[in-house]
Amino acid sequence: MKLSRRETLVLGLGGLAALTLPLPATAAVDEAIAAFTGGAPLGDGGITLTAPEIAENGNTVPVAVSAPGAVAITLLASGNPVPGVATFAFGPAAGSRMAATRIRLAKTQDVIAIAKLENGSFVQAKATVKVTIGGCGG
Amino acid sequence: MISRREFLQASLAASAILTGAGLGPWSRLAAQQRLTQDQLLAFPDFGNVTLIHVTDIHAQLRPVWFREPEINLGVGEAKGRVPHVTGADFLKLYGLTPGSPEAYALTHQDFVALGRAYGRMGGLDRIATVVKAIRAARPDALLLDGGDTWHGSMTSLLTKGQDMVNAMNALGVDAMTSHWEWTYGTRRVHDIVDALPFPFLGANIFDVEWDEPAFAPYEIFERAGTRIAVIGQAFPYMPIANPGWMFPEYSFGLREERMAQLVDEVRAKADLVVCLSHNGFDVDRKMAARVRGIDVILSGHTHDALPEPVLVGQTIIVASGSHGKFVSRVDLDVQAGRMTGFRHRLIPIFADAIAPDPDMAALIDAERAPFKARLEEELATTESLLYRRGNFNGTWDDLICQAILSERDAQIALSPGVRWGPSVMPGEAITREALMGATSMTYGQCYRTEMTGDRLREVLEDVADNLFNADPYYQQGGDMVRTGGLGYRIDVSAPMGARISDMVLQSTGEPIEPARSYVVAGWASVNEGTEGPQIWDVVESHLKKIGTVRIAPNDSVVIAGA
Repeated sequence: MKLSRRETLVLGLGGLAALTLPLPATAAVDEAIAAFTGGAPLGDGGITLTAPEIAENGNTVPVAVSAPGAVAITLLASGNPVPGVATFAFGPAAGSRMAATRIRLAKTQDVIAIAKLENGSFVQAKATVKVTIGGCGG
Repeated sequence: MISRREFLQASLAASAILTGAGLGPWSRLAAQQRLTQDQLLAFPDFGNVTLIHVTDIHAQLRPVWFREPEINLGVGEAKGRVPHVTGADFLKLYGLTPGSPEAYALTHQDFVALGRAYGRMGGLDRIATVVKAIRAARPDALLLDGGDTWHGSMTSLLTKGQDMVNAMNALGVDAMTSHWEWTYGTRRVHDIVDALPFPFLGANIFDVEWDEPAFAPYEIFERAGTRIAVIGQAFPYMPIANPGWMFPEYSFGLREERMAQLVDEVRAKADLVVCLSHNGFDVDRKMAARVRGIDVILSGHTHDALPEPVLVGQTIIVASGSHGKFVSRVDLDVQAGRMTGFRHRLIPIFADAIAPDPDMAALIDAERAPFKARLEEELATTESLLYRRGNFNGTWDDLICQAILSERDAQIALSPGVRWGPSVMPGEAITREALMGATSMTYGQCYRTEMTGDRLREVLEDVADNLFNADPYYQQGGDMVRTGGLGYRIDVSAPMGARISDMVLQSTGEPIEPARSYVVAGWASVNEGTEGPQIWDVVESHLKKIGTVRIAPNDSVVIAGA
C-alpha cells in the first residue's frame, strides 16, 4: 500500500487535516493528476466538460463530462481542500462515456477533468467556476 | 414644460439607412429636420420583416427623467468599445451634436439644462402610439419584450406586476423573456404566465430537480410567408444576483451549448433566427462571436441605448435602452432563409413630442387610480439632481446611504448597484412614487449587522469581479455596490481579489482594519430571512426629517486602471 503525504495526514488527523492542508493546493492537484496519469502527458480535445460559469450554489454545482473512447475519467476541484472528486470507470459495454454529478466548491476555482482513453493516452479539459457572494444584479 | 412647437428647431436623427455592413453615422443628415412625432417615427419601410424591441422598462408606465451613465467602464476586450463609451466620446463616436435631443437622450452631459428643454422621455402611452404607427405601416411586425418589465415602480410592487401585465397585454406583445419578473416568486410568475396571451421564453431556464428545460425555449412566428424563430434567453445569473430562494425550483445560467443546439434546431425550421436576450451587452457580444447562426440579438439587461446595431460576424446586436426611453424598430430583408440587409432606428420616446395613445393612457390612469394619493404625496424637495446610473455611487445612492447611516445608526451603509431608478430634477418634490421608483423590490428589508473589515473587502471584491471580470461570461451586469461612510480605491483592471485597496472609514478618516467589526446597514440582501424595515420607509423617514435634499460631490471612490 502506497500512501501519499496527504493521505497519511488525513489518516493521522482525521477531518481536521483537510482544513489545515500543509501542501499548497497546486501540489495537491499535481499529485492527484500524477496518481491518475502516472505522469503521462495530457492532450486537449476529445473531452467535453460542462460546468456553469458562475455557480448558483457552491454547495451543489452541476458538472458533466463526456469523453468518447474513455476507459476512465477523473474529476478534480483544484481549489478545494481535497481536490479529488470522483473517478468514473467505463467498461467495454458502456453505451456512452459520460458522467454527470454535483460537486461542492469551496471557492472560485478551476474544475479539471482528465480522461484515460482506450489507447492509453490522456486528455484534459478545464472550466473556471466562480463561487460568489451574490446580490446587486441590475 | 415645452410645447410640441418648441421642438421645431431641434433636430433628431432620421434613421441611418443601413444595409449589410454599411454602418454610417446615426444622424448627420437630420440637422434641419424637426422634432415632431412624424419625424420621430419617420422610417422608410425596408425588406419583409419588422421587429419592434422594448426592454428593461422597469414598470415605468409614465414618462421619466433618466440620466444615462457618466462612468461605464469596459474591461478586457470591451475597453473603450460601446457600450462602454460615454459623454463627449459617445457624441463624437456617433457624430452627434452636443446639446441636441440625441445628446440629451443618450448621454449624461448637461442633463438638467437639456432636460428642461426637451422634457421627460418614455411612457407606455407614448410607446403605444409608436407601436401602433409601426404596425399601421407593417401589420406583421413582431413586438418583443426583453424583460425587466413587471418590476420597478410602486404600483408594480403593490399589484405584484399586474399593472404592467395589463399594460403590456394591451400593447400586444408577441413574446418576452425575464429577469426581475422572478422576484415575485415562482407561484406568482406561474399565475401570470398561465394567463399570458403570448409565450414567456427562456431557453436557459431549467428545472433544478431534473435538470430539464422548464419553459418554452423559442417560438416560431410565420409572418407574410417568412418564418421567424425567436429564442428567449432569460437573465443567466438569476439565483445569484437576486434571491434564489424565491424561485428555488429553477436553475438558469448561460448554457451556451444549449443556445448553439437550439440555433441549429430552429435554423432548419425558420428563415430568420432572433435571440431575445437578457444576457447584457458584453455577454451578448461574446455569445454572438461563439454561437453561429443568430441573425439578430435583441439585447437587454445592461440598459445600454445604442443608435446603431453592433455587428459581430453575421449577427447584429440591437440595444434599446431602458425605462421606456427608446423603442427599436428593425426592418430586415430575408430572402431564401438568409438575412440580406437591415434598416434600424432607435426611436427616442420624447414624451412632449409624441402624443399619448388614448386607450393606453386610460389604462394607465385606471391602474394608478387606487394608489394615486399615496403615489403623489411629497416627502421632501431636492436641490440636487438625483440619479443612479453609473458604475459607482450616483446621487440617489448617496441619499439612500445617508438615510441608512442616519436612520439605522450605522458606520457603513451598503446599497445595491442596480441600474434602474428614474432621476429627479433639481427643484422637484420627491414624491413617494419617485422614492419607490429607486427602491421598490420584494426584498427591500434594510438589515443592520456587524461585518469585519475583511468581510467588507470580500464583498467589494466580489461585486467588483461581477462587474470588471475581463471575461464577459463571468459578469452579472449591475454596477458596483454603493457605499456610505466607506471610501476605497479600485483598480478595475487588476485580477480577481486584488482590485480593492485603501479602505477608509470616513467618519474618522482611519483605515478599515481587517479584523475589526463595523456596524453595517444595507438593503436588497439575497439571503432568506433578512430582517429590518423596508428601505423606502427608512428613506421616507429621513426625507421627512431633512425636508430639503442637497447632495455634495462624492469622492469616496478612487478609480484606477480604467
